[in-house]
Amino acid sequence: MKTPDTKPLAHIRNFAIIAHIDHGKSTLADRLIQTCGGLEEREMKQQVLDSMDIERERGITIKAQTVRLAYTAKDGIEYQLNIMDTPGHVDFSYEVSRSLASCEGSLLVVDSTQGVEAQTLANVYQAIENNHEIIPVINKVDLPAAEPEKIALEVEDIIGLDSKDAVMVSGKSGIGIDDLLEVIVQKLPAPTEGNIEKPLKALLVDSWYDSYLGVVILVRVMDGYLKKGQRIQFLNTRAVRDIDRVGMFAPKPVLLDALGPGEMGFITASIKDISETQVGDTITEEKRQCEGKLPGFKPSVPMVFCSLFPADAGQFEDLREALGRLKLNDASLHFEPEQSQALGLGFRCGFLGLLHMEIIQERLDREHDLDLIPTAPSVVYKINKTKGETIELYNPADMPEVTSIESIEEPWIKSTIMVPDEYLGGIITLCQERRGEQINLTYAGNRAMVEYYLPLNEIVFDFYDRLKSISKGYASFDYEVYGYRKSDLVKLEIKVNAEAVDALSMIVWRQNAESRGRQLCERLKELIPRQMFKIAIQACIGGKIIAAEHVSALRKDVTAKCYGGDISRKRKLLEKQKKGKAKMRQYGNVDIPQSAFINALKMGDDR
Amino acid sequence: MFGLYIHWPYCLSKCPYCDFNSHVSNTISHENWRRAYAKEISHIAEFTPDHLVTSIYFGGGTPSLMEPKSIAFILDTIQSKWRMANDVEITLEANPTSIERQKFEDFKEAGINRVSVGVQALNDKDLKFLGRQHSAADAKAALEIAYNTFARVNFDLIYARPGQTETEWEFELKQALELAKAGHLSLYQLTIERGTAFETMYQRKEFTLPDEDLGGALYEMTGDIAASYDLHNYEISNYARLGEESQHNLTYWRYGDYAGIGPGAHGRLTINDQKFATRTHRAPQIWLDNVEKKGHGYHDFTKVSQNERLLECLLMGLRTAEGIKIEKLKQEGGADWMSILNKKKLEELQSSGYISLSTQHFRVSSAGRQRLNRILQDILD
Ligand SMILES: Nc1nc2c(ncn2[C@@H]2O[C@H](COP(=O)(O)OP(=O)(O)OP(=O)(O)O)[C@@H](O)[C@H]2O)c(=O)[nH]1
Ligand SMILES: C[S@@+](CC[C@H](N)C(=O)[O-])C[C@H]1O[C@@H](n2cnc3c(N)ncnc32)[C@H](O)[C@@H]1O
Ligand code: SF4
Ligand SMILES: [Mg+2]
Repeated sequence: MKTPDTKPLAHIRNFAIIAHIDHGKSTLADRLIQTCGGLEEREMKQQVLDSMDIERERGITIKAQTVRLAYTAKDGIEYQLNIMDTPGHVDFSYEVSRSLASCEGSLLVVDSTQGVEAQTLANVYQAIENNHEIIPVINKVDLPAAEPEKIALEVEDIIGLDSKDAVMVSGKSGIGIDDLLEVIVQKLPAPTEGNIEKPLKALLVDSWYDSYLGVVILVRVMDGYLKKGQRIQFLNTRAVRDIDRVGMFAPKPVLLDALGPGEMGFITASIKDISETQVGDTITEEKRQCEGKLPGFKPSVPMVFCSLFPADAGQFEDLREALGRLKLNDASLHFEPEQSQALGLGFRCGFLGLLHMEIIQERLDREHDLDLIPTAPSVVYKINKTKGETIELYNPADMPEVTSIESIEEPWIKSTIMVPDEYLGGIITLCQERRGEQINLTYAGNRAMVEYYLPLNEIVFDFYDRLKSISKGYASFDYEVYGYRKSDLVKLEIKVNAEAVDALSMIVWRQNAESRGRQLCERLKELIPRQMFKIAIQACIGGKIIAAEHVSALRKDVTAKCYGGDISRKRKLLEKQKKGKAKMRQYGNVDIPQSAFINALKMGDDR
Repeated sequence: MFGLYIHWPYCLSKCPYCDFNSHVSNTISHENWRRAYAKEISHIAEFTPDHLVTSIYFGGGTPSLMEPKSIAFILDTIQSKWRMANDVEITLEANPTSIERQKFEDFKEAGINRVSVGVQALNDKDLKFLGRQHSAADAKAALEIAYNTFARVNFDLIYARPGQTETEWEFELKQALELAKAGHLSLYQLTIERGTAFETMYQRKEFTLPDEDLGGALYEMTGDIAASYDLHNYEISNYARLGEESQHNLTYWRYGDYAGIGPGAHGRLTINDQKFATRTHRAPQIWLDNVEKKGHGYHDFTKVSQNERLLECLLMGLRTAEGIKIEKLKQEGGADWMSILNKKKLEELQSSGYISLSTQHFRVSSAGRQRLNRILQDILD
């Protein structure tokens, strides 16, 4: 094959846009795309890169997206910009870390009305670890409440990036975008190495399933080039494939002749088996292999676990396939088959957080039309048994006999919370209630930064929601795993009419067990609709009832009035009621609405 | 069993709770309406020549505002088209204002043999809240004349009103039962219907309704008290001395045939073993124009599928104390009619006594009827 002509390294800039959630990354990407003419006016919409329905509905980015733009700078040279828009929510931080490892620079976006937040810090530290050149971008300067100079100084103070280098922009109105583009080509480095004559060496950055293109692979070429017809090999999975398309996203997919060193783009290679494409893998030519492998990505560590069972046992294989497809698109999703006495065959799944879990469950339902039975989210406990062995407990329902347990350990995290002064008191109370141990408390201006050790178990359910509500949305939160510690833990079980509800059993700190049990019973009393008979709700520890409530039997539910001979109306009414009926799960003779499970666990303000 | 329902769409004023097809108008040509009813009757008779008429019901609106002459004319037309049962029941809905009660004798003359009086409440405060044009004294006077004129009389009350207590209702109900010499009462719990004035007021929280527990208690005491006066609760909201049940309404509940005549009237007709659902134009003037031009105001004449027939038969029949004959269920829903039922729920409801299902009958107990919507949702899922 003849060596193709590709962009000289010096004219390429690869960078990520990173920030705390909602600081305006995707909106900034919109302006860059528009200014460089990637999309015409009529094709533009807000946060155009947020293409999934769920992203658009919730107004957040879940998947990192890469676009290539052509920018002709003041020096007359046309530069190739590969821009990676990343998510801001902590649950999707794995997307950020992969993006950062695939490029050389970052735009650190900071909302000029909010300042530096926990995820700003977490992401910038990652960028530094990846040796990135970082440009501080102070955003939303169009807002009346914007304090760009003050925030630029805050960035200098807290992070150490020179405030003189900060670019003031508004991703919404377009202020400062031209300047920013110039700064990007001047300040961000071009890819340093890369030789088109060397054997192909490319990084598999991401992959996903597209209904038109099949499995699409996002790549970053290090050495050599990618071209249609080329026979490539994935070094980790050893799979060999022929490339059938090479292209880029501009942001619409555009086919190209080739991708050369320093460039980013996509390939397809009629891949059927999704397990062949592992993010972080190295791609080379089958016949002319590169030396060594790329370091790839650090695997993600799941924080929250739940099990998913198909409501219809016949859909087990469909669920496996669906999870496989989502995993292709989301390397931070973990799953393995699980067999449960009560629920049959399913999968134990690991997530980066509750939002991540919610999104995956929603995507399985929407994109794959699967009816699922999820268990309560839980963390992984270590159970040291009296006989000396240690087991990992994922599903509280599987907790061994108390008499066989010597001790239980639970995971702790080290968390960083940033919050305006006035809310600090409430935040500290919250952390204490959740068994937190304060490590540090520092101030930057009128903002406090507190660090706490906390049991992961205590933040899994509603910690983040509480944090937000106590601080009126101003507190931000980030955490890392710290280690396991022994605790006095018990299994709390919920029963309805004497039938155990597996999906609600949980491991709790003994001292909290009674109040937790009482709360759960009270919540369930509100969440379980009246039925034809009285329902007893009980919270138990090892068979002993510690709290109880009941739902009275339905007293009356009938259409009194007769509509004369208009039976069609009655029939339609019934059909409508049936449709509107919430999805129910049966425990013994009791129907529990699907939504009650998560809602019962969200403890709310009364805690 | 074949009933004729004739709808008169006008009232003196619109009650705030009412979503029936009723309108206020002062330009009614009784002559035109008579002719139109007769035309539509002739039209529908062509499809059902062999039916034997067992009941006729003039409903509304306020059909007691019709001219007695119209009633006589309509009944004549009917007689000329179909065979009539000897004991044919001919009911007229009447409002208790003075103008109307004076016409009772003439209505009897015209052929009416049963009246149903819309009393709604027996105290003036609640009558005012319900937007009625008559007083409690008017109602009693109307009933007095009705009982003296007709052998069979029903009256309607609406209860479970805002703020109504058990004691208040007990007092009022007993008063009603004392009055109900002839032995039929329709007692409806107030329902907020879409598009009514009450709906707006209710949404603005201008009043509240009894909650489920109070509604249930009011319902239960109603059955008990009526029973102590020998009125049995033969349908969810209907109470009668034995033999006094409304034949016309039983035709609906037993899923028999009935023809709907007049604006917005519904019908169910069996023609060559197929069941049809019929509906006429709802707007009075449009119906009238259509009848004049085409000879009928029918808007829909659609076949009812076997599954829908079964559903409708269950929906109506389970409202009654007598329940449904299995034979009837097979006739409407086919030999394997039971296949639409959720077996597990059915068993649960049987063992708790809410449902009784034998080789002869399918019934819901009185405790079950009070919760019928839920039972239907459960067994038909
Ligand atoms: N006034 C103003 N609003 C902005 C600006 N940039 C973004 N926004 C608004 O801020 C909100 C969040 O913007 P996004 O671009 O979705 O933020 P993001 O950082 O991509 O959010 P995640 O991807 O979920 O982390 C949206 O409502 C935007 O309209 C700006 O420059 N000015
Ligand atoms: C066809 S309606 C009206 C008959 C007649 N025009 C009258 O007002 O007396 C028959 C009965 O249904 C009852 N009804 C109408 N609307 C109701 C509602 N929203 N809630 C409860 N009962 C209602 C009333 O008792 C009424 O008498
Ligand atoms: S309740 Fe009777 S009188 Fe009142 S508007 Fe309805 S039909 Fe007419
Ligand atoms: Mg975004």
